[in-house]
Amino acid sequence: MTDTVLVDAANTRKWGRYLYISSVVLLCAWVLVPIYFLMVNTLSSPETVNSFPKTLVPEFDLGSLTFFAGFAGMLTALKNSVLVAGMTMVMSILIGAPAVYALSRFEFRGKSTFRLLILLTRAFPLPLLALPLAVMFIRTGLDDTAFGLALVHTTLAVPFAVLITFSLFSGIPIELEEAAWTLGCTRLTAFTMVVLPLIMPGITASAIFAFVISWNEVFAAAVLTIENRTLTAFLLQNLDTSPLHLKFAGGFILVVPALIFIFAVRKYLFAMWGIANR
Amino acid sequence: MNARYLPYILILPVTLFLCVFFLYPFVLVAQQAFTTGSGFTFDNFREITSHWKFPISLTNTLLLAAAVVPVQLALALLMATMVSRMGKGRDLVLYIWTIPLGISDLAAELIWLAIFEQSGFLNTMMSGLGVIDKPVNFLSYEHPGVVFLAIALAEIWRATAIMLVILVAGIGLIPKEYYEAADVFGASKWKQFTRITLPMLRPSLQTALVLRVILAFEIFAVVAALGGTLFPVLMGETYTYQFDLLNSGAAAAMVLVILAISIGFTLIILRILRVPKGASI
Repeated sequence: MTDTVLVDAANTRKWGRYLYISSVVLLCAWVLVPIYFLMVNTLSSPETVNSFPKTLVPEFDLGSLTFFAGFAGMLTALKNSVLVAGMTMVMSILIGAPAVYALSRFEFRGKSTFRLLILLTRAFPLPLLALPLAVMFIRTGLDDTAFGLALVHTTLAVPFAVLITFSLFSGIPIELEEAAWTLGCTRLTAFTMVVLPLIMPGITASAIFAFVISWNEVFAAAVLTIENRTLTAFLLQNLDTSPLHLKFAGGFILVVPALIFIFAVRKYLFAMWGIANR
Repeated sequence: MNARYLPYILILPVTLFLCVFFLYPFVLVAQQAFTTGSGFTFDNFREITSHWKFPISLTNTLLLAAAVVPVQLALALLMATMVSRMGKGRDLVLYIWTIPLGISDLAAELIWLAIFEQSGFLNTMMSGLGVIDKPVNFLSYEHPGVVFLAIALAEIWRATAIMLVILVAGIGLIPKEYYEAADVFGASKWKQFTRITLPMLRPSLQTALVLRVILAFEIFAVVAALGGTLFPVLMGETYTYQFDLLNSGAAAAMVLVILAISIGFTLIILRILRVPKGASI
């Protein structure tokens, strides 16, 4: 009697375990298989991409990628994307980091209002603001420049940069700095010699995050650039006219940095939201 | 330097930046929406709402959000609870599940185009199984259901990761003692989920939903090639007004409509999932 109950319980647990593992595997496949399909298309010759039926293994032909690299304006667009994303990365850190230091180390009047402003930006569809900014940019000569677009992308990235670095700053005890002060450091040298080395990996992570945000942004890029298109804007503009193999190669080039970047920042993704929620 | 003024000097760059590139454009867009060259008017709003495409794009946007967000919420909750009990391989699984976080909507749409286009992988598999004789052009006006499904799948695939990250972070903040106590009193895993995890997760759910719903109204590039003109959405119409019709007044009015919907839904979510006063972990 008790034996059968025990065996039953063991069986249920075993089946539960199988179910658990298979759903984890299934969900991993749900993420990975579509990317794999895109890769198969990218690493096949243009003829194969346009033919039917498809094979499920890549033939490792660089035809599509060569066509992509040779397509008029594509490499310039790629260069623009990297340029804009690089500028966004630097600006969001330079602008965001000092504010984070103020938030985590000082009590001052207007602190909560300031935090609210930062959080507020996250709750609005920011790319929409590219439309009025386009007018302003034409007046100031910033229209169709990489720098102008980078400014808008920085608005998108700064709240995230502030949130990530804030969560990390809060994790570093102020006693470390105080110890440095008693040993003769000024506020500045205590920061550069004690705090900076500790938060460097986190700052790198938020810099990478800013890069990805800019790299992926479509709407503002399409609105604010005409000649100097970024890769996303260029692909969007030529969506109707470009052949399939060009689209897929372009898509693949967009995905690859994402794979690397997410791998690089995976530890910090969760820290950021843990603090941001409270 | 005087320590009293230091924090203000430190926050000055961000404040100035956000004023110029966040608050100022708001004022500008509102101004543009309510003028047509001769003073205050509602003409722009009248124009966009009377256009035959407006009700369709509004319904499409709302319908898509209504179809996608609940599935994403359920999926993200499931994934987050699965990960929280995982020992070996947790880092690898989390990495794989968060990959779409770094993928743009445009790239996601191209990925799903590779599956749904006429010579794509769905047609290959279906003809391989003998379901269809020759490849079907799924993304055409003859199959509005499939177009909707493709867009919804691409959205679910791409944007579940952001909710997952927020929820995993939230679950990590719930003290283990609550679950230990529940175990002592013999509560089942399901009961622990509904009585501990869900209520404690409220702030995270709030953040995740607000962020996700706002992104859902911003949907633009995913629709552009999977649906094209077959599936008009609000953001796409805004783009059309600005660039194809060169009517920036109407585009500004569209922006305000999207903003109003976003703010409305944000307030509703904040109200429903409000954290009781004084309750915290």
